[in-house]
Amino acid sequence: MIKELLNKKDIERILSRIAHEIIEKNKGTENLCLVGIQRGGVHLAKRLAVKIKDIENADIMVGSLDISLYRDDIGIRKEQPVVRKTEMPCDITDKKVVLVDDVLFTGRSIRSAMDALMDFGRPAQIQLAVLIDRGHRELPIRADYVGKNIPTSRTESIEVQLEEEGLEDKVVLQAKE
Amino acid sequence: MKDLVGIKELSKGDIELILNTASSFKDILKRDIKKVPALRGKTVVNLFFEPSTRTKTSFELAEKRMSTDVLNFSVPTSSVVKGESLFDTVKTIEAYGVDFIVIRHSSSGVPHFIARNVNASVINAGDGINEHPTQALLDAFSIIEKKGSLSGLKVAIVGDILHSRVAKSDIFLLSKFGANIRLIGPPTLIPDIADRNVEVFYEMDNGLEDADVIMMLRIQIERQGRGFFPSTLEYFRNWGLDMRRLKLARKDAIVMHPGPMNRGIEISSDVADSSQSIILEQVTNGLAVRMAVMYLLSGRNEDA
Repeated sequence: MIKELLNKKDIERILSRIAHEIIEKNKGTENLCLVGIQRGGVHLAKRLAVKIKDIENADIMVGSLDISLYRDDIGIRKEQPVVRKTEMPCDITDKKVVLVDDVLFTGRSIRSAMDALMDFGRPAQIQLAVLIDRGHRELPIRADYVGKNIPTSRTESIEVQLEEEGLEDKVVLQAKE
Repeated sequence: MKDLVGIKELSKGDIELILNTASSFKDILKRDIKKVPALRGKTVVNLFFEPSTRTKTSFELAEKRMSTDVLNFSVPTSSVVKGESLFDTVKTIEAYGVDFIVIRHSSSGVPHFIARNVNASVINAGDGINEHPTQALLDAFSIIEKKGSLSGLKVAIVGDILHSRVAKSDIFLLSKFGANIRLIGPPTLIPDIADRNVEVFYEMDNGLEDADVIMMLRIQIERQGRGFFPSTLEYFRNWGLDMRRLKLARKDAIVMHPGPMNRGIEISSDVADSSQSIILEQVTNGLAVRMAVMYLLSGRNEDA
């Protein structure tokens, strides 16, 4: 069973709201840097940067982070691990870093991402923005900016499909048979 | 995949995955903190039954960059000299609970034998005159970095092909990717290789013409005196790479060498230090490739 949770318009509105929230919470864009988690988070971070520029007329740095080398399940997962690019366009030391991911689930990816970030410097602050929070946390981690809270069961899967991957923008919930 | 015993056993897809992964690891080597926690808690033993400085150093550093615990086991200090069999040595090491065994041995096929008998992942760091797969992978990585791809490239491999496991692995790999391989050297040191991508040249000047890549091999001086070639001086005159010969290749040709170099025997100093030489980049790339291999072997699917 597949259920559409968000369409293109919904995603667009959510990102506009989160862009405003980021600016509001940080009182502008000074010292701000967005870091997307590969892969979905990278696309979302880039979109947020465009929106923030539209609002504040300020360029904001966007980095991408691959967390596969910092995961806690290497050798447990079934699929062959793919290591993607990590690119930090600036020194993150003393910056306010907003981590961006598509789905917040157990919190383990975010734990890995924070470890990876620390290897690049000592940020003044790390904040977290996610498009979907589906619950089931296994670590004490929460998001500062949430697109939509969606209660799920553990067996369901959430898929964020984005134009950057050659798909139509939408978020779908899939129940496992 | 559990082990890396040879290039022969790998598919084109396997090789591409390793090289792509290595490119991400190369980025890590440029960071301030060059260590990642990917293989924390895993143990590697470097089992070297043959002297090696650079391969062993490269593996050891790659292992440390991946946060593994490293054990070194080399022959002169081991119980092998007390008469322990290879099988018992390996089984003893396995009982320590190691996850990786990196092995170099003077007999061909030893890594394959060990891989069949242990649960740990076995990485071949050179076996006899058979293969040296991580060297071929780093060579391919280095060529692709400069030339974009391997397909259609004219690659000259010069020297003692017969005794060179590096050459064997390079030939397997380059052939899989459709490079045109030219083997250059004295007739006594070139084996029969039936491969439609391979051509043999005994005259170096002819073989170098228009080459995109020149891979020099180390002349194994320890084999001198067995009649494979008259003298190192004569060897250099016939099959050594100097500036005059380098000019026969393409203008943008790159010069490679797996090390250690014998300056003045197979390669002249001005060529080794020239802007076309990528010998030191090969060393850096070796780290990235070895990190990638360990990472991919550890992430293996147990059902596969």
